[in-house]
Amino acid sequence: MRLYAAVALSGFKRYATYRVATVAGVFTNTVFGFIVAYTYAALWDERPHLGGYDLSQALTFVWLGQALLATVALFGGGFQDELQERIRSGDIAVDLYRPVDLQLWWLASDLGRAAFQLVGRGIVPMVCGALAFELTLPGSPLTWLWFLLSVVLAVCVGFAVRYLVALAAFWLLDGTGLSLMSGLLCMFFSGMVLPLNVFPGRLGEIAEALPWAAMLQVPADVFLGRRHGSAVLGALAFQAGWVVVLFAAGRALQSVATRKVVVQGG
Amino acid sequence: MAEPLPRARAYDGLRAYALIVAMWVRSTMAYRTSFLIMAFGNFAVNVLDFVAIALMFSHIDTLGGFTLAEVAFLYGTSGTAFGLADLALGSMERVGRRIRDGTLDTLLVRPVPILAQVAADRFALRRLGRIVQGALLLGWSLTRLDIDWTPDRVVLVPLMLLSGAVIFGAVFVLGGAFQFWAKDASEVQNSFTYGGTTMLQYPPTVFADELLRGVTFVIPLAFVNWLPALYVLGRPNPLGLPGWIGFTAPLVALGCAAVAGLAWRAGLRTYQSTGS
Repeated sequence: MRLYAAVALSGFKRYATYRVATVAGVFTNTVFGFIVAYTYAALWDERPHLGGYDLSQALTFVWLGQALLATVALFGGGFQDELQERIRSGDIAVDLYRPVDLQLWWLASDLGRAAFQLVGRGIVPMVCGALAFELTLPGSPLTWLWFLLSVVLAVCVGFAVRYLVALAAFWLLDGTGLSLMSGLLCMFFSGMVLPLNVFPGRLGEIAEALPWAAMLQVPADVFLGRRHGSAVLGALAFQAGWVVVLFAAGRALQSVATRKVVVQGG
Repeated sequence: MAEPLPRARAYDGLRAYALIVAMWVRSTMAYRTSFLIMAFGNFAVNVLDFVAIALMFSHIDTLGGFTLAEVAFLYGTSGTAFGLADLALGSMERVGRRIRDGTLDTLLVRPVPILAQVAADRFALRRLGRIVQGALLLGWSLTRLDIDWTPDRVVLVPLMLLSGAVIFGAVFVLGGAFQFWAKDASEVQNSFTYGGTTMLQYPPTVFADELLRGVTFVIPLAFVNWLPALYVLGRPNPLGLPGWIGFTAPLVALGCAAVAGLAWRAGLRTYQSTGS
């Protein structure tokens, strides 16, 4: 356990080193936040209460998306590229020798990265948004707590999805195409391009049941207080359920993949 | 060695650019499947982006007073112009990496303009996907729109695509020049390139007046498609500017290119190798 804490800490420190890049990222998130906020304002102006959100909630959703984009790694990247490269180059053989669990090792480092990006890239855009627009911020400290927990679970789901994509590099020579597709699906079905409750009819219902919903839509709804009381537990259970399923899938794929490495003789 | 004439230098630069691009295209085609997947992905990213707008229109008839076909016209013109610039100069965002790891030095010793080398570096033909998507959407919108096609409107459409591409191209070069000072800040450039094209996909009427003034008079992104498109669509300018201002897009584009060229030279002059 102490080992994984150390790995997480080094993940945090590693991303904390790129100060200029962090500032640049915050700037970009804020610019996009403004652009998207104006378009949503126009949409909710035409249709107040669309998808059950009022204007203020819709704008809050925009800024939450920008604040969590890097934390949950909605467009992929982070450890995913690194692991893929290690698989492609064969360095993964060294990792498999280590007396640590491969999945937990990368999870720890990704949690460290996410923790830094939540602080480094999440807070400033959110504050900018709150200064420029009237946002719906949780009143009770308990909601903040549930939200934080929900974000941790969102990061875990995001990790598990990217872990599966990265492991595909064992079979594909070049995983960039798959990574791109995965990032695409994630942006679309997480609610990043449009909140899932605005998706029409069946498409909306399906989208809200998919794992990507656990990465942005669910934490945002917890933040907005749309799920309170026991519904919060339901939302967290939905996320936790996908964490378990996707982690198990990652393990299964990993064991198949590592057997393949042995067959190749390293 | 005498400094060659500017015209000869420009010709040399373009020729070198074409040669390097041809080399990268050959190298891309060595992994044909990978190329096709990536090109499709580039296409699909933007399709999903527009699907989101179409989903918005499943709830509304007009956004900021514009219909879906009109928004598609804005999206198509912005997407095509941006796609052309991205194809030609998108590699500029890698300058920072080359400065950091010192490989820019390799380019400096070659007798070829640096800008041509950097712009053609790892030329990504897959970016055609975005142009195709933008052009298809533009074509679709033209079949749906009821426009009074006077000759000046007909001329303005290709004119705005070209000037738009040049304006976005200038932003890419400016972003590249900026990286000589802020090596890790390549993401700032995304605010103006990707952010710019995202903004221009929506009607100008949804944005605040200060933002409109900013992109008209400070960073003239409004000339990429908004101002010419307002004229083509026969709509008034939200800032009260006259319609003919759309026709000044080529001049604005030339101005942007000149500024970007000067900035690039200034940036290059400040370059000091990492020294290792």
